[in-house]
Amino acid sequence: MTDGPALPARSAGAGAAVELRGIVKRFPGVVANEGVDFTLRTGEVHALLGENGAGKSTLMNILAGIYRPDGGDILVDGQPRDFRSPREAIAAGLGMVHQHFTLVPSQTVTENVLLGLDRPRFRLRLGRYEAEIARLADRFNLRTDPRAKVWQLSVGEQQRVEILKMLYRGANVLIMDEPTAVLAPQEVEELFRTLRAMTAQGRSVVFISHKLSEVMAIADRITVMRRGRVTAAALPGSGATRSQLARLMVGREVLETVARAPSRPGDVVLSIRDIEADNDKGLRALRGVSLDVRAGEILGLAGVAGNGQSELAQVITGLRPYAGRIEIAGREVAMSPRRAVARGIAHVPEDRTGVGSAPNLSLTDNLIMKRYRQPPLARGWAIDRAAARSLAQRLKDEYAIAAPSIDTQARLLSGGNLQRLILAREIDLQPSLMVAVQPTRGLDVGAIEAVHRLLMARRDAGAATLLVSEDLDEILALADRIAVMYEGGIVGTFDAADADIHEIGLLMTGGRRSADDAAAAADAVGAR
Amino acid sequence: MTSGRLPIGSSRSLPVRLSVERRLAAPRWLGPVTTIGAVVLALLVSAVIIALVGGDPVRSYLHIVRSAFGSVGVLSDTLVKATPLILTGLACALAFRMRLWNIGAEGQFLLGAWGASAIVLAPVLPAGTPGILVIPAMMLAGAAAGAAWGMIPGVLRARFGVNEIITTLMLNYVALLWMQYWVFGPWSEGGFQQTAQFPREAWLPRLTDLSGSLPAFSGLTIHLGLVFGLVAAAVVWFVLRRGRWGYEIRLIGDSPRAARYAGIDIARHIVVVFAISGALAGLAGMSEVSGVVHRLQDRISPGYGFTAIIIAYLAKFNPLGVIVAAILFGALLLAGREIQPSGVPSMIQGIVLFALITSEILVRYRVRLVRPGRAAA
Repeated sequence: MTDGPALPARSAGAGAAVELRGIVKRFPGVVANEGVDFTLRTGEVHALLGENGAGKSTLMNILAGIYRPDGGDILVDGQPRDFRSPREAIAAGLGMVHQHFTLVPSQTVTENVLLGLDRPRFRLRLGRYEAEIARLADRFNLRTDPRAKVWQLSVGEQQRVEILKMLYRGANVLIMDEPTAVLAPQEVEELFRTLRAMTAQGRSVVFISHKLSEVMAIADRITVMRRGRVTAAALPGSGATRSQLARLMVGREVLETVARAPSRPGDVVLSIRDIEADNDKGLRALRGVSLDVRAGEILGLAGVAGNGQSELAQVITGLRPYAGRIEIAGREVAMSPRRAVARGIAHVPEDRTGVGSAPNLSLTDNLIMKRYRQPPLARGWAIDRAAARSLAQRLKDEYAIAAPSIDTQARLLSGGNLQRLILAREIDLQPSLMVAVQPTRGLDVGAIEAVHRLLMARRDAGAATLLVSEDLDEILALADRIAVMYEGGIVGTFDAADADIHEIGLLMTGGRRSADDAAAAADAVGAR
Repeated sequence: MTSGRLPIGSSRSLPVRLSVERRLAAPRWLGPVTTIGAVVLALLVSAVIIALVGGDPVRSYLHIVRSAFGSVGVLSDTLVKATPLILTGLACALAFRMRLWNIGAEGQFLLGAWGASAIVLAPVLPAGTPGILVIPAMMLAGAAAGAAWGMIPGVLRARFGVNEIITTLMLNYVALLWMQYWVFGPWSEGGFQQTAQFPREAWLPRLTDLSGSLPAFSGLTIHLGLVFGLVAAAVVWFVLRRGRWGYEIRLIGDSPRAARYAGIDIARHIVVVFAISGALAGLAGMSEVSGVVHRLQDRISPGYGFTAIIIAYLAKFNPLGVIVAAILFGALLLAGREIQPSGVPSMIQGIVLFALITSEILVRYRVRLVRPGRAAA
């Protein structure tokens, strides 16, 4: 400690609601927090920024009483504390809202808020509590119906219930772990209004995130963490720049936009006509979709989640039954998973842990998934283990998959590394057609850059790429052409060069192009 | 960051505390060592119990060992008991690998015994056919009957998604009644619950059959079925470990959706694995009627197909481990006849199983002593 033999009770400033000093937390194989200092002032939104695995959540889980630190001090309102459970932390006014909600779907908002409290001791007079909760919600701009059942609520509303739970328990400090990851843009705005209402009334907020734009929009002060340490403490939110924050977060210069060569589109590699398919619930998800993807171009498929993009990607890779016509390089194929693999169609699936990898199998087993049937891996009925291992080692090195060894189980990889594994496997097939679905969802800045560069390199090498993403910025950054999907149909295609983001946004939400009627939009395939 | 941690005990009262942490990677030796440790621990616990009820644990154990492994004669008996357990254990281990919960090995065993008997009793082959033809025909019939029985739940599962646990369990009773119909009815020997004894040509060769030229083998009842079991275990082990098919089984077992994504036809694998699993159990039934009992009778199985489930688990679905576990259980089955009170061997079985299942936690987690940091002081 540089500030001399500090008395435990001395706080850094009169306005400090929470002070963490020299927090150390080790997990098997990693040091998650290494001497971390953090001060939260009363009435501020303090953003904790860092990549996945930087130690932000661990630090806040310690503050919320979920983990116990291996070293360091926790001071709340100047008093040293040692929380042994979340209950003790909440009693001290510290409440945390996690990424995954802990609500009972079949119960009402009020019942969920009261759950676990000993307040209504015997007779549950819900009416009284409903009014109380409604008043509380009103005070902090948390629009909710106290009588609504949780299962009827949207994700954003469920998050509000979680916040209400904490406020009802008297939380003065609210810790929000990646709160925007599950929210639509309008819901993010609402959340921000709530957080501002809280700070205006003298409460404090810790906002954990890896999204630069949100942090800059909401934070009064910003603390950046990397690899378990603080790289910048309590920067004023107003003065920070994106590139500065990105550099502090990743530890090097980050190019948020990938350099791109002009596209040289070649022959049509994928051509689909009049595709119809149902979703998992048996409802029609695709209504006569037609599109072409050429060699050497990236076609970005934009749309709000649930408009058929996922189903279309599954149809093209053979995972979903369909009606219609699919041609690969001019020859019709009755698509099946096996044929998709045999035709060398690479697929970066939406669900990395459930579909894209087998979590309990080794890196080697995961990396040979698409090619164990062909020599040199296949030798008659057997698999040549030496060949499999050398392939895995090469891919691990070339694509910088961070893992102890090729025998490590896939489930132990971080999100970014798992995506590298999937991309390594798929790209190394040298595919002529690549279908990438939400390839960067949930990844941090550094990993996103790596994924974008890999996709771009493959496009420059002549692959036809279909990129499905809900992130319009990603589509604008990568795609050469953009197709917009709405309610199971293509409602418009654009050349990326003259794409109008407002028009795309309008089409994504069901608006119509002014100079274009629906029939022409559906026929947009040949329009390029 | 998701590694769980459960603090045990309070830091207020203890200078160190126990912390249970998820292991990132278990060293290779750890699995076998904990397994052996668990068995040793279970024997110690059983010893305490034997002592408490007034027995002498050392003498009891020596007696068990002697009555199962003490002489060439009883060792041979142990291996005879282990033979059907190896084959049915393999049947379960193979299916379990793919997360197919075939608990119908008992029924498939019975159908195998019935199918093999039909060759002699129907008769499919006329009396006087030489053994060199009869035995392979019985093997084929037993395996085929078991496979067919296994394919019923396999097809139901692959085609219609019917839960195989229910169907395999229920089909056990159907198989039992089917076999009993033949034993009590058409094939009954004078109204008894058994068929006539098979002619010599339908007996699997035993070591004792060679005692004419090798007197040392006299009385040794080990039969060719043991070789079936050992060869089958080796083949299954090798195919699972090295083969493309084995890789596909592992992939489906871990993540069916990932397997489909890799282009694997899961429905076909379900049917095939069920067929092979049933064939192995059916072969066990054939080996039992042809190698030991030499006739079909009610109570042909003391529950081999159910014990097989435990064996597969103890072996951690490893085909070579199945051999070891089956011999252990064969020994305990045999000792059960010798020890008084007769519950002791099954108590030991239970404690061994319990210790083994609990020891799994040491493979997945590690226990550390932690000195709490300043925050906790």
